[in-house]
Amino acid sequence: MRYSLAVLLKNALSGHAHWSPAWRDPEPKAAYDTIIVGGGGHGLATAYYLAKEHGITDVAVLEKSYIGSGNVGRNTTIIRSNYLLPGNTAFYEWSLKLWEGLEQDLNFNAMVSQRGVLNLCHSDGQRDAFARRGNAMRLNGVDAELLNGEQVRELVPLLDFENARFPIKGGLLQRRGGTVRHDAVAWGFARGADQRGVDIIQNCEVTGFRIENGRVAGVDTTRGHIRAKRIGVAVAGNSSRVAAMAGLRLPIESHVLQAFVSEAIKPLIDMVVTFGAGHFYISQSDKGGLVFGGDIDGYNSYAQRGNLPIVEDVLSCAVALFPSLSRLRYLRQWGGIMDMSMDGSPIIDRTPIEGLFLNAGWCYGGFKATPASGWCFAHTIATGTSHPLNSAYRLDRFATGHIIDEGGKGAVPNLH
Amino acid sequence: MRLPCPHCGERGNEEFVFLGSADPVRPADSEAPIEDWIDYVFLRDNPAGANRELWHHTYGCRSWIVVRRDTRTHEILGAEPARSLPPPASTSAAK
Repeated sequence: MRYSLAVLLKNALSGHAHWSPAWRDPEPKAAYDTIIVGGGGHGLATAYYLAKEHGITDVAVLEKSYIGSGNVGRNTTIIRSNYLLPGNTAFYEWSLKLWEGLEQDLNFNAMVSQRGVLNLCHSDGQRDAFARRGNAMRLNGVDAELLNGEQVRELVPLLDFENARFPIKGGLLQRRGGTVRHDAVAWGFARGADQRGVDIIQNCEVTGFRIENGRVAGVDTTRGHIRAKRIGVAVAGNSSRVAAMAGLRLPIESHVLQAFVSEAIKPLIDMVVTFGAGHFYISQSDKGGLVFGGDIDGYNSYAQRGNLPIVEDVLSCAVALFPSLSRLRYLRQWGGIMDMSMDGSPIIDRTPIEGLFLNAGWCYGGFKATPASGWCFAHTIATGTSHPLNSAYRLDRFATGHIIDEGGKGAVPNLH
Repeated sequence: MRLPCPHCGERGNEEFVFLGSADPVRPADSEAPIEDWIDYVFLRDNPAGANRELWHHTYGCRSWIVVRRDTRTHEILGAEPARSLPPPASTSAAK
């Protein structure tokens, strides 16, 4: 069913009792052309673009839990393309362009809101770094504006501009950045893929790979063996575990990142504001809650929950930036498991096993990349080669020395 | 999460800084095969379960310790001074 105003009115008049499910709940078939392991945002987007861009519809997406249960529903919903390095800039800008047309493409309201992303700076050195980043972005056709303190004051008057340690001297603004309702992204891609014939199979955990003569032949799952000649793995924090089933060791550690939402208040912050000096980012959801996060906890974890020192750290950042939030209560906090790569950049590539493809290493920047990640991964799976947009995201770059260290930190995944 | 420092007793994890897995062994020297260096610098087992890891008690006794911890539950399975680790290959060769 195509969603429209007419369909909405018709269903409203019948008490919303006759909506059909947004996607089917099929039994897994014995064999598919292509299997995507992981029904998160990236896996669903991959299946959607395999069907839409490459006409490959004999596809199953295998999800160990339910759609929306993983990181696609655990992030702070920010989209942006303010990257510095070649290899990253064009990829993330393509992602932002896909976001801009996504709702019409999917016929699904994902509440894409280009409210702007503002990175604050506090010193001459940081302003110089932002000028460099902004120039790199503009040279690549991405929008960027360097603001002085007065211009920031007009946009976000509640900030503590005279903070003794981090006085606010300006910022780098990307007006086309913003937020998206993350659950709707999962649902929209799931519905779009399903409409094109993709089977979305929930509660189906992959327990092993069948590999014959160096080629994948299928997967073993909790719902039986499923054959396929091409398999794409997009399982975020579980990348190392799943890759190990195929005998691969990855340049990845799994870490927990917490996010927070406050009680709902009237409109207060109308863009995404980030505080790089303390590592903190905040926006306000359409329901009124402030949505914010900070650093990862900093130790390996698969627990999907973190510890209190980071809670204190993130809330301290919130109050340092916006003193007026000091009496606000936070409502909920949760954790997601991040696939922290050794250089802070992702992997979208083939693997040494023929027919097995890997999409991993998103650190905590995976949400904004969802459409382009799926688009490029679909291209890589369908054609067997990288698209120019993901040609830098190679699995072997750690061995060849072509790492993409956007943060300039080295092989320390807990610091990216 | 609280970590049992062998020198100071049980302390909050905010006193410690995490380095990573204690399993990778540094290759003997720059003459070692490049694959050994790639393995040591970049590749990790990243287990879901018991993990041996290096923590520094930065805001305490400033010792390195090896903690065994379950990454699925954050349960601490044990801790010992880092000097219990095998020495790097180069040190053994020098003996």
